[in-house]
Amino acid sequence: MSMIGVSAAVLGGMGLAFGVVLGYAAKKFHVEQDPRLGAITEALPNANCGGCGYPGCSNFAQAILDGAAPPEGCPLGGMEVAAAIGTILGVEVKKTVRKVAFIRCAGGQSKSTFLYDYSGMNNCTAAMQLVAGGAKECAFGCLGGGSCFVACEFGAIIMEDGIAKVDNEKCVACGKCVSACPKNLIKMVPHDSNVRVACNSNDNGKTVRGCCKVGCIACRMCQKTCEFAAINVFDLLAEVDYEKCTDCGACVAKCPPKSIIRRNNEEETAEKPLETVAS
Amino acid sequence: MTMVFLVFMSTVFVNNFVLAQFLGLCPFFGVSRKVETGLGMGAAVTFVLVLAAAACFVALNFILVPLDIVFLANIVFILIIAAIVQVVELYLKKSSPTLYRSLGIYLPLITTNCIVIGAIIINAERFTDNFVLSIVHAAGAGLGFTLAIVLLASIREKIEYCNVPAPFKGFPIALVSAGLMAIAFMGFSGLISL
Repeated sequence: MSMIGVSAAVLGGMGLAFGVVLGYAAKKFHVEQDPRLGAITEALPNANCGGCGYPGCSNFAQAILDGAAPPEGCPLGGMEVAAAIGTILGVEVKKTVRKVAFIRCAGGQSKSTFLYDYSGMNNCTAAMQLVAGGAKECAFGCLGGGSCFVACEFGAIIMEDGIAKVDNEKCVACGKCVSACPKNLIKMVPHDSNVRVACNSNDNGKTVRGCCKVGCIACRMCQKTCEFAAINVFDLLAEVDYEKCTDCGACVAKCPPKSIIRRNNEEETAEKPLETVAS
Repeated sequence: MTMVFLVFMSTVFVNNFVLAQFLGLCPFFGVSRKVETGLGMGAAVTFVLVLAAAACFVALNFILVPLDIVFLANIVFILIIAAIVQVVELYLKKSSPTLYRSLGIYLPLITTNCIVIGAIIINAERFTDNFVLSIVHAAGAGLGFTLAIVLLASIREKIEYCNVPAPFKGFPIALVSAGLMAIAFMGFSGLISL
């Protein structure tokens, strides 16, 4: 019994002594911190996704305080968080357009042709090391290895028909998938935009026709149809200028291979009420 | 005096805690990206080790042994190390915020660094009643760690400019370099025979 008592006393005594020493040290080495830093860090989502370009939310908060980063720089938090930070700092925040990632390929397994069967690991970079830069005949298309799927921490990427697809509502535009894709297929587009070119191929029409049913054949039909000059073909690939696009959907209806699609990859047949001019 | 020298050389080179005994590998890879932070980490570990060795020696010989409760040794050592690491952390946060940030999570993790507890447990077993040798052994362990981490950091800094095959980029090539370093350090074995 006495041994237990002595042990408890020794350990307890040491703990107490160290506690006092640490308490004293904490006082002596106290670092004055800007109280706004804690407030900003709390206002942020604290997902530490890195979408703002800083390693974590606390680093970003520090950068906002230092003036190195804009208060509206958090892609995950959007306007709400930006407004909260604005109140803490007492500054006006700019309006930002919510963005989402978009995978510029719609050529799933059922719509495109393959040169050979790939049975290696599920990683696009690995798949790309092989002959012809991957099994897909189209050199620009999604390999379906799921590198972006693995990179996404928000479960916003789904694999469907052998290619990746982004869930518009779940995507927070952190940009991890953009850097994960070795084919540079993924691009940030405004969340509310309703016209998207789901193709990345710079090949000529004949080549595209030969390997994919839904690839952009650079026929310039969209360019001719658009009244606002918002869609143009550069390098044999249609590109939407979201500053000018009014979401009228005329190009979506005219596109012969149906490579211009609606939000959420809905095809033109699924009629949906169009939203008015995007901000 | 010869003994002091022999213990020191043997812990730094022959039985290098990192490269011969494979202890403390977590910070060894975690903060060896830059020589500067590697040096900072080595210095912090060495400082904690020497202080902890002295405190643990006192606790063992003047509290635990007289009261006949040596079985508490490990838990007391952990308590002492944790307290010292906390003080070091507080001090670094005040005196060198840059180093504090670059060490990041690895600084509080010195608490669970196996070199620290390992060297102190070896002290308790081999140099139970020799204060000087305990301190020398602890300092040697810390300096051996510093040596290893600075060597690896300088190698990794050079590797940054090399064309490393994609599958080996980052940690894999660091592990390969560390393995080669360990093989090189095998050359010291047999240098000292006690």
